[in-house]
Amino acid sequence: MTLGENFPAKTPEGPIEDKWTSYKNKIDLVNPANKRLIDIIVVGTGLAGASAAASLAELGYNVKAFCFQDSPRRAHSIAAQGGINASKNYMGDGDSDYRLFYDTVKGGDYRAREENVYRLAEVSGNIIDQCVAQGVPFARDYGGLLDNRSFGGVLVSRTFYAKGQTGQQLLLGAYSAMNRQIARGKIKMYNRHEMMDLVLVEGKARGIIAKNLITGDLERHSAHAVVIASGGYGNVFYLSTNAMGSNVSAAWKIHKKGAWFANPCFTQIHPTCIPVSGDHQSKLTLMSESLRNDGRIWVPAKEEDAKAIRSGKLKPTEIAESDRDYFLERRYPAFGNLVPRDVASRAAKERCDAGFGVNATGEAVYLDFASAMTRYGKEKALVTHQDASNEALVLELGKEIIATKYGNLFQMYEKIVDQNPYETPMMIYPAVHYTMGGVWVDYDLMTTIPGCYAIGEANFSEHGANRLGASALMQGLADGYFVLPYTIGNYLAKDIRTGTIPVDTPEFAAAEKSVQKQLELFINNKGSKPVDYFHKKLGKVMWDKVGMSRNGRDLKNAVKDIQAIRDEFYKEVKVPGDLNGFNEELAKAGRVADFLELGELFAKDALNREESCGGHFREEYQTPEGEAKRDKAFQYVAAWEHSGAPKDAKLHKEMLDYKYIEVKERSYK
Amino acid sequence: MNLKLKIWRQKNSTAKGKIVDYEVNEISSDMSFLEMLDVLNADLTEKGKEPVSFDHDCREGICGSCSLQINGRPHGPDGAITTCQLHMRKFKDGDSIVIEPFRAKAFPIVKDLIIDRSAFDRVQHAGAFVSVNTSGNTQDANATPINKVDADYAFDAASCIGCGACVAACKNASAMLFVSAKVSQYALLPQGQVEREKRVTDMVSQMDEEGFGACTNTGACEIECPKGISITNIARMNREFIGSNLK
Repeated sequence: MTLGENFPAKTPEGPIEDKWTSYKNKIDLVNPANKRLIDIIVVGTGLAGASAAASLAELGYNVKAFCFQDSPRRAHSIAAQGGINASKNYMGDGDSDYRLFYDTVKGGDYRAREENVYRLAEVSGNIIDQCVAQGVPFARDYGGLLDNRSFGGVLVSRTFYAKGQTGQQLLLGAYSAMNRQIARGKIKMYNRHEMMDLVLVEGKARGIIAKNLITGDLERHSAHAVVIASGGYGNVFYLSTNAMGSNVSAAWKIHKKGAWFANPCFTQIHPTCIPVSGDHQSKLTLMSESLRNDGRIWVPAKEEDAKAIRSGKLKPTEIAESDRDYFLERRYPAFGNLVPRDVASRAAKERCDAGFGVNATGEAVYLDFASAMTRYGKEKALVTHQDASNEALVLELGKEIIATKYGNLFQMYEKIVDQNPYETPMMIYPAVHYTMGGVWVDYDLMTTIPGCYAIGEANFSEHGANRLGASALMQGLADGYFVLPYTIGNYLAKDIRTGTIPVDTPEFAAAEKSVQKQLELFINNKGSKPVDYFHKKLGKVMWDKVGMSRNGRDLKNAVKDIQAIRDEFYKEVKVPGDLNGFNEELAKAGRVADFLELGELFAKDALNREESCGGHFREEYQTPEGEAKRDKAFQYVAAWEHSGAPKDAKLHKEMLDYKYIEVKERSYK
Repeated sequence: MNLKLKIWRQKNSTAKGKIVDYEVNEISSDMSFLEMLDVLNADLTEKGKEPVSFDHDCREGICGSCSLQINGRPHGPDGAITTCQLHMRKFKDGDSIVIEPFRAKAFPIVKDLIIDRSAFDRVQHAGAFVSVNTSGNTQDANATPINKVDADYAFDAASCIGCGACVAACKNASAMLFVSAKVSQYALLPQGQVEREKRVTDMVSQMDEEGFGACTNTGACEIECPKGISITNIARMNREFIGSNLK
């Protein structure tokens, strides 16, 4: 069955440049007096959730916002480092909405919906204007204007940034907009609350069951619409760059209530993360993609050198220039070190698998700043009338420049690895970072449940099979500030006479009871192993068999393995403490239970997609040069309908039609 | 390495707490401090005991969730980092480590090492924003150039992560560094000018209401701040406050 029959994407007619404008001109509006009669629940307070909550409250709706952290400011968008894209063309290098649209669709390997991506490009400039007006301190040049830098997969500089803390500054901007509405009483903030289930009344999303994580009490909250902005599910791998608490539960609960889940296998493995050091490790740390502006990636060209490095007999600085293999520059001369993430990650894995990896584990490559330091140092020496032939001086000046650009990242690296990256090249290896897949949404960002929306990383939308750097912040804020506040009115216009949704109804009671039952099941279970034991086990299966490169046999095994871990989990998990009061292990148990279901659907989706595209690499489908080989037959969004268990999920296909971009081989050579 | 831990345990906000002794063995020096606590908690869980509760999330030093007073110092012995970035190589085999929650009247204990920092949020509700709606029609981002030096100072102030180490380090449990960082960010930028006077007055008033202490210029906050927020922000806030109240 094709998806269009039951749930059309509802993309507007007309030329692509006019679609969003003509759509906005035609939607139903809710008058200001009526907005005061309408409640909206927003789950999650990252860039998407915080910007949506603030904008909806400004419009006059009554917003209830929920986050599991102790403050909305701690959502994991805070950790985004590199930047945010916008087609401002401030650099005058030929950028435009069309070019940003084109780069994003191509970067996503032609697996995203054209109309959504164009709209994203169209509002990207507004985001920068809005953030500057809020007082977000972006990096500026000496003329006082905004500075830009380059990210992977594009040939222009369109990335706005605030050192290596862009996500922090943007989130604090959205948080400040929320604070203004909290002060006005238009947002009621529920910190340390976790959404446990969605409540449907007559088929519409009408509320949630939330758990107060401090008291352990279950609460019923009603609304006329529910917005899920709970982020991605990278933690299904256990080790990822996500925060410890990042989870799929809100998205998964709505999936089990009828929202289709799209392209779960589209995961971004980020090339530049600090390598794993041991079994104790609880999370991985990203080194921003912006480092690839100046860092050159290499491994030893000779296998014996790589061996000597692994055993500690040789230092990277002792390897001559001619004995280094700058493999990205070699394979992709046009884009070099700035190829998209999926391409860079696979290339690093290929070298390590072939025996050229460094680090004791053999699973790392070098990211080297020596030539950038020399380049910057020479320029600085010339500008300041110092001796540019003095190598020591040049290096010293170069280090200073690198420190102003990436100082916080270098410090973070040194604290974790205990090596000084100014003296010796950084070691990096790919790690799970972002999930392009997520809840299926139409052009309005509504899921297949009426009145239930999904925004930001939680939905599947704009990134296709691979996300370009600095596009996640753009999408989160586009959805929250500039898209959802319009589209949600189109639905709520029909709800102005509904009145407050009561919570003392059988629907709320039934939902609460089923949540209570699951919590009791965990607490009363007579198992012997902590939750993390199962989470780690799941993560290992995901990384080994559903990770950077996949094949049919491994994927089939992964499905079986995950089912077995899930069975064992329910028999053997041990959750200490009780139902009342703060109990982190209990919260973790619920999240891991959902990951154990999602993981299976993830593997099933990867098995179904018999092609390679973007971050999804099937070993059976590759070109003779080892590049991803797309298949026209799979030019669709795979949206899965829940049907009892992950193995029984039903596939619906949204065929993707490219009218404004020619589908070509995605080449970065 | 093997370590002795002395950890503050407290069942909830009203219960009486106490220091409890624990031991952890075979800790790798490459572990982070929180991973060492993970080891302890896995062990406690397997033995049927309740694990130690502590706040943590991003584990890369930016979300501001983690706290902990380690051997008397907020975020432990290493400089300019949060507890989640502290690594066990800073400790030696056989060390005794005292782990307490951040202590301040305005940060009541929730459980064990978890504190309630919602006072920080309430201070921000009082005025830490620019009153601009999301319209899509604000002026072009480059319409108002901002002197790079001011923009950089504003960024430095804005890089506060709201962890509360400044309050925990202060003998008066003052929140001046936290509040002044936010006041400074807006005071330095053209966008913050319209509400400049009202903002500082309202935020300082809320800060006092929350029960934070006064500033006596000791400077411990600046030393312990994981993000290196400068104490010059406090001077700026004092100037802003006096300026707005003498009119």
